[in-house]
Amino acid sequence: MQAHEIVTTVLLALGCVISLTGSYGLLRMPDFYTRLHTAGKTDSLAQVMIFVGLVFVTPDLLTQLKLVMVAMILMIAAPTATHAITKAAHLHHLRPWTKGDPGGEP
Amino acid sequence: MSWVYLATAVVLLVGMFMILIRAIAGPTVYDRILATNALGTKTIVFVTLLGYISGRPEFIDMAIIYALVSFITTIAILKFAQMGRLD
Repeated sequence: MQAHEIVTTVLLALGCVISLTGSYGLLRMPDFYTRLHTAGKTDSLAQVMIFVGLVFVTPDLLTQLKLVMVAMILMIAAPTATHAITKAAHLHHLRPWTKGDPGGEP
Repeated sequence: MSWVYLATAVVLLVGMFMILIRAIAGPTVYDRILATNALGTKTIVFVTLLGYISGRPEFIDMAIIYALVSFITTIAILKFAQMGRLD
């Protein structure tokens, strides 16, 4: 393995770990706002890590630019969508989970 | 080097199954919308990795289009869930 392939492997592995923790949190957390907390953040970070990792093994300049473009589009669009979902739920008077409430079903 | 992409794709698939369970079981409609949004992001990464596994990085064009369409879809479904109409 050469040096740039090792960098790619490390970045892809980090992206995998972050993505998997986000998915498990989405499955396991007790209410909507805590699920939002795990899913909204890990999605943005994991996709950036995987796309930046793929840039290092791509020889073509145009494909590298496309990878960076997808990462930037998702970096802008994913938090905006998360914010819109939160605002809609808040305007719909969805009550946050507090300690002692039932919940946490998988 | 191909096994790295393959391992990443398998881990992403496991995560997508977890998100799918939440999208089916979610108590409120916002849980389902959030799960669909997260599933879209994972699908974009998965399509790109599929292109690298098969040696055709041109799949990235599909990923760009899916990224743009997925955002519009989320906003449209939110508006429909809140207003009951789309105009």
